[in-house]
Amino acid sequence: MKLSRKFVSDYVDIPVDSKTLAEDMTGIGNEYDSCSKLIPATKLVIGEVLECIPHPDSDHLHVCKVDVKTEILQIVCGAPNVRVGLKVIVALAGAELPGGTIKKGMIRGQESNGMLCAMSELGLEHKYLTEKDFTGIHELPQDAPVGQDAISYLNLEDEVIDFELTSNRGDLLSILGMAYEIGALYDQPVKEMNVNFSENSENIQDSFSLDIQTENCSLFLAKKVKNVTIQESPDFIKNRLIASGIRPINNVVDISNYVMLETGQPLHYYDSNRLGDKLIVRMAKENEKLVTLDNQERILSESDIVIATPKEAVGLAGVMGGLTTEIEEDTKDIIIESAIFHPTFIRKTSKKVLRSEASIRFEKGLDPKRTYLAILRSCHLLEKYANAEIVSGMVEYRHLDMQEKEIPITVSKINQVLGITLEKKTILDIFRRLGFATKEKKEEILVTVPTRRIDISIPEDLIEEVGRIYGIDKIVGKEMILPVVPGTVHKNYRMIRNKLASMGLNETLSYSLISEKEVHQFTLDDFDMVKVLDPMSEDRNTLRYSLLPSLFHIYEYNKAREQKDICIFEIGKGFYQKNKEYFEENKLAILMTGEYHLGLSPKNVNFYTIKGVIEELLEYLGYHNRYTLECKNLPEEFHPGQSASIVLSGEKIGMIGKIHPSITKDDIYVAEINLDTLFRFRVKKMTYKEISKFPSIRKDMAFVVDQKVPASDICAIIQKTGGKNLVDISIFDVYEGEKVGEQEKSIAFRLTFQDQTKTLSDDEVMEIFNQIIQNVENKLHAKVRDK
Amino acid sequence: MEKEIQEAFQKDLERITSYQEIQEVKNKYLGKKGIVTELTSNMKDLSVEEKKEVGRLANTIRTYVTEEITKVEQRIEKEELNRKLEKDTIDISLPSEKIRRGSRHPFQRIVEDVEDFFVSMGYDVVDGPEVETDENCFQRLNVPLGHPARDAQDTFYIDPEYLLRTQTSSVQARTMQQNTEKTPIRMICPGKVYRRDDDATHSHQFGQVEGLVIDKNVSLADLKGTLELFAKKMLGENTKVRFRPSFFPFTEPSVEVDVSCFKCGGKGCPLCKQSGWIEVLGAGMVHPHVLEMGGYDPKEWTGFAFGTGLDRFAMFRYEIPDIRYLYTNDIRFLEQFDRKDEENEIK
Repeated sequence: MKLSRKFVSDYVDIPVDSKTLAEDMTGIGNEYDSCSKLIPATKLVIGEVLECIPHPDSDHLHVCKVDVKTEILQIVCGAPNVRVGLKVIVALAGAELPGGTIKKGMIRGQESNGMLCAMSELGLEHKYLTEKDFTGIHELPQDAPVGQDAISYLNLEDEVIDFELTSNRGDLLSILGMAYEIGALYDQPVKEMNVNFSENSENIQDSFSLDIQTENCSLFLAKKVKNVTIQESPDFIKNRLIASGIRPINNVVDISNYVMLETGQPLHYYDSNRLGDKLIVRMAKENEKLVTLDNQERILSESDIVIATPKEAVGLAGVMGGLTTEIEEDTKDIIIESAIFHPTFIRKTSKKVLRSEASIRFEKGLDPKRTYLAILRSCHLLEKYANAEIVSGMVEYRHLDMQEKEIPITVSKINQVLGITLEKKTILDIFRRLGFATKEKKEEILVTVPTRRIDISIPEDLIEEVGRIYGIDKIVGKEMILPVVPGTVHKNYRMIRNKLASMGLNETLSYSLISEKEVHQFTLDDFDMVKVLDPMSEDRNTLRYSLLPSLFHIYEYNKAREQKDICIFEIGKGFYQKNKEYFEENKLAILMTGEYHLGLSPKNVNFYTIKGVIEELLEYLGYHNRYTLECKNLPEEFHPGQSASIVLSGEKIGMIGKIHPSITKDDIYVAEINLDTLFRFRVKKMTYKEISKFPSIRKDMAFVVDQKVPASDICAIIQKTGGKNLVDISIFDVYEGEKVGEQEKSIAFRLTFQDQTKTLSDDEVMEIFNQIIQNVENKLHAKVRDK
Repeated sequence: MEKEIQEAFQKDLERITSYQEIQEVKNKYLGKKGIVTELTSNMKDLSVEEKKEVGRLANTIRTYVTEEITKVEQRIEKEELNRKLEKDTIDISLPSEKIRRGSRHPFQRIVEDVEDFFVSMGYDVVDGPEVETDENCFQRLNVPLGHPARDAQDTFYIDPEYLLRTQTSSVQARTMQQNTEKTPIRMICPGKVYRRDDDATHSHQFGQVEGLVIDKNVSLADLKGTLELFAKKMLGENTKVRFRPSFFPFTEPSVEVDVSCFKCGGKGCPLCKQSGWIEVLGAGMVHPHVLEMGGYDPKEWTGFAFGTGLDRFAMFRYEIPDIRYLYTNDIRFLEQFDRKDEENEIK
C-alpha cells in the first residue's frame, strides 16, 4: 500500500516528518518498505524562454535565454517544442535528476547553464506518462509564476511511504483507514469526508432494478448519474493516483479509483445506456463466455461471480468489468456499483484472471458502512469534477448485519496476557484513541468495535490493540518461572553424526525432492512413491525413498569440480506410500570414494573401508555380534560381487556395496541403513566384565579353501569348536596365488585362548586346536596349511 | 707398591671406552690371574705379620678397584645412552600421520545448539512428519481453506488432503492433540519445511524450529524473556530483542521479533539495511481458537508459540552469503565446518 502523505493529510494531521511516521507505523505493526519523495529531483524552477535561436553547429539544438527570476540563463535545448514565450521547468546547475546531476558546461561550443525538462526526466515511473511527456519539454500554463519551485507548482510535492501490510489489516488499504491508524498513533482526530451533492428530480428506482441471485453478494448499492463530461482529471487527483501507484485515465475513471483509495471500497462504473435497466448478480455458468475490458475472452466457471443483464454477463464481479458496458469517451450516463462480494470467490477468480487493486480489497473483506460512504463520495466528486447530474435515490440490496461488535474485556485479562500492569485509565485512553467506544460495567469494559475493523472479533484482538498502541516493545522480558522438569532430546542421531565425522566423513544436507525417475533406485523394496501435484521442476517432483540418489548427485557435482576424495554421509527421511497411507523413515546414507586415511598413509577406498565404517558405527551403537552381511537380493545399482545386505537379528536394516560399473566407472562405495528399523532393536546394558588373571596363549593356523568359501564360515566353525576359552579370532593374512590351487585361497587365523579360572596348559590348547582343524577340514573341504 | 698399582690402574681406567674394556680391566686386577690373586698367591710362605700386611693391601686394592670400576660403569652407561638418544633423534618438523577430519553440517550444528538450549530449560524436542495433513498445517492453526494467509505460503500439495508442511507450526497442532492428559506443554520442533520458492534468500526446502509453551498464566512478557535468552545464546551476549506487532492467524497478539544486528552492533550496516535490526522470528500468544482445537480450554490455559528459520541462523553464524550453499554440498564448503564452534556461554 503506497500512502501519499498529501492525500492522507486531507483526513488527519501528521505531527511528524514522513520518515518518523514510517518508523512509528512500523512500531505499531505496519511495516514499511520505503519512504521517499514522489519526485526526488531537486532545484527545479519555473522559467520563461526569452530568446530562442538555432545553435550555429547543430540542426536541431537551440540556444535559449531563460528567465528564472534571479537571473537570465543561457541554456542549450534539443526539444522540438522549445520556443520564445514558453513557460518551462528549468533544472538549475546542481539539480539532481534521475539521469544525473546537471552541470554548467559547453554544448558544441555554446555555454549551457541548466536544462529544460520533459516530464519523463523528473523521475516519475514511465507508466504514468503519455507520449508527449517523452517527445518534448513540458509546457507549463502561461500564468505559471517565474522563479517558483516547479514541483510544488505542479502539485507533485508529495512523499510516499510504501507499507507492507499484514493480511488481516484490509482496512488499511484505504486513506481513511490509514488516517484512523495515524490518528490513534498520534492522538489526532480524523476529519470528516465531504459527501455533499444535490440530486435531480428523477428517481433511480423508477428506471433501474437489481436481482441478486447469489448469497455470495451480501451488499449491492447502485446510484445513477447523468450527463458527465469526460475530460482530464484535475492535477491533484492525477497526482494522488500516481503517488498511490494508479495510472490516471480520465476524470470519471480516475474518480472511481480515487474513491477506492480513499475509502477502500472498490467501485464499478457502467455506461448506463449500454447496461440497460436491470442488473443481475449470479454465479457464472460452467464455460460461460465473457469479454473483459482488456479485450480478452474469458471462459468462466461456476465459482466466478458475474454481473449480468438478463441477456448476458457484463462483468466479473470484483475483478474486472466487461468490454460491452465500459465507460467510453462518449459515455453520458453512469450506473455506479458499490458492493460486497464473498472474499473467497473473488480470490479464486482473481487468481485466474488478474489480481487488481479492487480484487485485493474484496479479498480482505470490506466495511459495509464504507460501501455506502463510497457511493456518496463518488457522487460528490462526479458532480464537482465531471459536471454530473445526480439522480436521486439508490437501489439497494442488503443481506448482512451492520451492527458494531461489542466485546467484553477486563483489565486483569489484558495485563495477564501482556505480562504488564496497565492502569484502567490508560487502557480506556487507548480505546478512545483507536475510536473504539467503551462502557464500564463493574470489572468489565465493554468495547464497541467500529465496523471498519473487521479483523477484531475476540478479546485477544483487543489485547493486541492495547499492546500495540501502548508499545509492544515496552513490555519487559521476564524470566519465566515454571516447574523444573527434565527436557528430552533423542541423542542417537547426534552420536551417529559425531562418530562418522570423527571417522573423517563430511555431513551433507540435500533436498528431499528428487526426480521421479530416481526414486526406485538403490532399492528393491516394494512401495509407491510420493509425488507432489505442482512441482517446481521435473528434477524435483517426488519425495526420495533412499538418500543414495542424492549422495550420488553430490558426488557428481564435486567430481565436476575436480574433487575426487569424497567421503560423505547424511541422515534424513525417506518417504513412501502404501495403500493410500504415507510413511516416512529416518535413514543414514554413506558414500565413499577416492582416498581415505585414518592415521596411516592414504589409500583408495575399497569395500573393506566402508565395511569398516559401518562395523565401527554398529559396534559403537552397541550391536556387537548381532549383525551379518548377506549377499542376496541386491538392487541392480549394486556390484553383484561386492555388495551385501546388512542384517541385524534376522531383519534387513540396510545395504552396503560398490556402485555397479554400468552406472559409474569410478570406484564408489555406498551404504544405507534404515535407522528406524535399527533402533527398534534395543541395545543391552553395558556392564563390567571380570578381567582374567591368567595368561593367554596364541596359536596361528591357516587353511586352504575354495575361493567361494567365505571367511565368515570358517570363523563360525572355529568359534563354535573353540568354545568359551577361545577369546579372540583374527584374520591376519589372505593369500591367492602360485602356492595354492587356482580356485583356492589361503586364510590365516590367529587364535587367542584364555581361561577365566586357571592357566591353560599347552596340551589343553592343542586338543582344542586340533579339533578346530579337524572340523574346518571336514566341513569346508579345507586343508590346513603347513606351519 | 700400593702407589704403583694405583697409578697403573688409573691409567687403565682412563683408556676404557666400552663395557668390554671394563671387563678386561676388572680381570686384570681382580680376575683369577689378576694382580690381586698374584699378590696373594704366595701368602702361605709369608710370616703372620706379612700375611696381615698383604691381606690388608689386597683388600684395599680390591675395594678401591671395585668402587672405581662401578663409577666408570655408570659413566659409560650414560655415554652409551646419550649416544643412543643422539642416534634416535628425529626431525619433528616432518609431517604427521594425518587423521582425516570429517565435518558436521552447519545447519545441523545450529539445530543441536537450539535443542540443547531449550532442553536445558525443560523443553522436549519433538519430531513431526514432513508429509502433513492440510488440517494440521493450516486448519488447526486457524487458517481455513480460502484464507488469505495461505497466499504467503505456496504449498506443495500431494493430494487434496496431504501436503509437504510449509511450517513446523504443524507440530503445535499435533502436540496439543497427542497430549491427551491436557497437561502443560513445553516443546520445540526443529525440522525441514517446504515452499514453492527458490532464489538467493529462499530455498524450496529450508529449516525451521517451532516452540510452544502451554501453561497457566503464560504472558507475552514470558515470551520476550525466553526469546531474549535464546537470542543471546544464538547470536551473542550483547544481542537485544525488539518486538513489533504483527499478524499470524494462529497467534493473538502476534509479534515480529527483531534482534539487534550482530554484525554492526546496531549502528547500521548493509546486513541490517542500515536499520540496526534484523527480523528473525515470528511469535505470539497462542490463539484461543488454536487452543480450543487442540483441546485446551482458553479460559484456563494460555500459551506462547514462536517460529524461526534455522538456515538464517547458520548463515548469520558462519557468514554464509547464499542459502543455496547450504544445500549444494560442495566438499570444499563442507570441509570448512570441521572443528568445535566458538564458545558463547550466556551468564
